[in-house]
Amino acid sequence: MVLALVEHDNGEVDDTSLETLTLARDVAEQAGESLEAIAFGPEADGIAETVGAYGVAVLNTVDHADLDDYAPEAYGRAVVQCAEETGTEAIIAPGTDRGAETLSHAASKLDVTMAAEVTDVEVGDDYELTRQRWGGTLIEHARLSADTNLLTVAPNEISASESGGDAADVSAFTPELDDGDLRVQLTRVEESDIEGVPLAEARVVVGGGRGTDGDFSELEDLVEKIPNAALGSSRAAVNEGWRPHDDQIGQTGNKIAPEIYIAAGISGAVQHMVGCKGAENILAINTDPEAAIVQKADWAVVADLHEVAPAMSEELESRGHAD
Amino acid sequence: MEVLTAIKRVPETGAKIVLTEDKLDIDTSSLGFTFSPHEECAVEEGVQLVEEHGGNVTVLTLGEEDATEQLRSAIAMGADDGILLESDEDRGPAGTAKAIADAASDADFDLLLFGNESADTANHQVGVRVAEQLGLPCVTGIKDLDVTDGTVTARREIPGGSEVYEVDLPAVVTVKEGLNEPRYPSMRAKMQARKASVEHDEPAAYDEGLELLELEVPESDDSPAEVLGESPDAADDAVDVLEDLEVL
Ligand SMILES: Cc1cc2nc3c(=O)[nH]c(=O)nc-3n(C[C@H](O)[C@H](O)[C@H](O)COP(=O)(O)OP(=O)(O)OC[C@H]3O[C@@H](n4cnc5c(N)ncnc54)[C@H](O)[C@@H]3O)c2cc1C
Ligand SMILES: Nc1ncnc2c1ncn2[C@@H]1O[C@H](COP(=O)(O)O)[C@@H](O)[C@H]1O
Repeated sequence: MVLALVEHDNGEVDDTSLETLTLARDVAEQAGESLEAIAFGPEADGIAETVGAYGVAVLNTVDHADLDDYAPEAYGRAVVQCAEETGTEAIIAPGTDRGAETLSHAASKLDVTMAAEVTDVEVGDDYELTRQRWGGTLIEHARLSADTNLLTVAPNEISASESGGDAADVSAFTPELDDGDLRVQLTRVEESDIEGVPLAEARVVVGGGRGTDGDFSELEDLVEKIPNAALGSSRAAVNEGWRPHDDQIGQTGNKIAPEIYIAAGISGAVQHMVGCKGAENILAINTDPEAAIVQKADWAVVADLHEVAPAMSEELESRGHAD
Repeated sequence: MEVLTAIKRVPETGAKIVLTEDKLDIDTSSLGFTFSPHEECAVEEGVQLVEEHGGNVTVLTLGEEDATEQLRSAIAMGADDGILLESDEDRGPAGTAKAIADAASDADFDLLLFGNESADTANHQVGVRVAEQLGLPCVTGIKDLDVTDGTVTARREIPGGSEVYEVDLPAVVTVKEGLNEPRYPSMRAKMQARKASVEHDEPAAYDEGLELLELEVPESDDSPAEVLGESPDAADDAVDVLEDLEVL
């Protein structure tokens, strides 16, 4: 049996979990095993139909009086006990904060190594898998060989696909928890008050780097003239103190997926580029025709961004786009 | 308060990653080395907490002798002591965590700070495993941290807000860049760090269940961009592009 951890919001399954189910089904099929799922929280039984359509035969819903909120170690314990009870050859979780954290606890309790950010698995005697390193700029082929193979799935790399199937059978599962398992539990959720278009959702992102020399005013102007646009930056600009870290795009910052990314005064280091893998198109504005970003972009303007950006704003205005 | 921070020496890759011939490593012959931005924030946080509450920051790395360079960078940022767990072979996350936990169990640390994931191998688990081995509570992916009266209040970003966790010390916390603004060490601090003594230890060998077979640099579209122009006049063409994409 292959066990997939599924995250959901009151019965609505997260996209990353649908991707996880798609990979888990592939692993189960290759291994000639059945696919089961484990889910926590209120209304977990409400996802039986969705996961069934992805090939899940049995949905294990975790039911415990003390587990009203997310608790990473307790979740890890429950996953291990469920896997042991059902006899599992692999446990597969989404590579989200919670998924990775829960599975790390499980891996540690089972004393096996977890393979993170996996995009593909070939099942033989061992699992030969493909996973991402350096935020996706490097691919690793590796062999995982444990009694139970634990892996997390890299988000946004696998396209989720249904196999068709009836609703999964729901089986309530009550783990035995130690006191220590509940030492860490979600205390509360706070809403943030950021205004404007979130970077991750913007249709147009204008990014500025060290080439701005600290003056972002022209790029800010340009963003204001484009609907659904947001301003981003490179790590160099954040390090200089020109932009807050919330604006940073890249391996240790935001991942963006706009229709077009306008990168101004940014050289195109790999750690920056992994943050904009999701961009449909890239327009580079750079004084250096040899800059790596020019190789990676679809279009380039080889000139000073402090002149190009205002000229673009003016042109948008004269064509009546800016309000 | 006694703080431990764990950092990992990694190459500073530029615009393109080049592999060694056997495809088992990055060709670092022309590269410098650094440690992850997440871990820089871990060091900075430790230093700030000790400035506020008193105590010591110990910085630890597992790696080759050369990794002493990264320990010294962290000491220049304000860490007090350095520990090198010397190991020539590449270790996986389980072996790394075991070595770190063994080393940490000799001392009484109140707070152990890790990066959320290492920059190069991104295994997402060393911090959690150390916590499990030491029997400590653990929170991961933290971007905001407060310590008052022996309690850690830690925030993790989610879309539209943050999750808040409160745990008692001693605890393990893994952090992300954005937690704070790491300082640039002064010339003097760098000079002094060069002279700081670093403790050496050799962890026992470990048999890892995840074996590297081969690395691969993903295909990228390296066809050069269409150059719209070499002066601000090209702004018109740039706006044409936006119109064609119907984003206006
Ligand atoms: C582990 C790790 C993680 C990292 N994570 C990230 C990350 O998340 N995000 C990130 O961005 N970086 C990250 N980095 C840093 C990354 O390697 C680069 O150092 C950084 O992206 C460089 O920023 P930049 O392109 O703004 O600066 P530079 O590399 O200095 O490039 C500046 C560019 O501006 C151009 N320019 C100069 N003047 C002008 C002008 N007037 N008009 C137009 N163009 C001009 C120059 O030709 C040059 O191409 C990370 C590094 C490491 C080691
Ligand atoms: N070789 C190492 N030496 C010291 N700390 C490490 C090492 N490898 C990983 N770590 C720490 O564990 C964190 C998570 O690593 P990983 O589980 O590999 O993603 C890193 O950000 C470091 O803080």
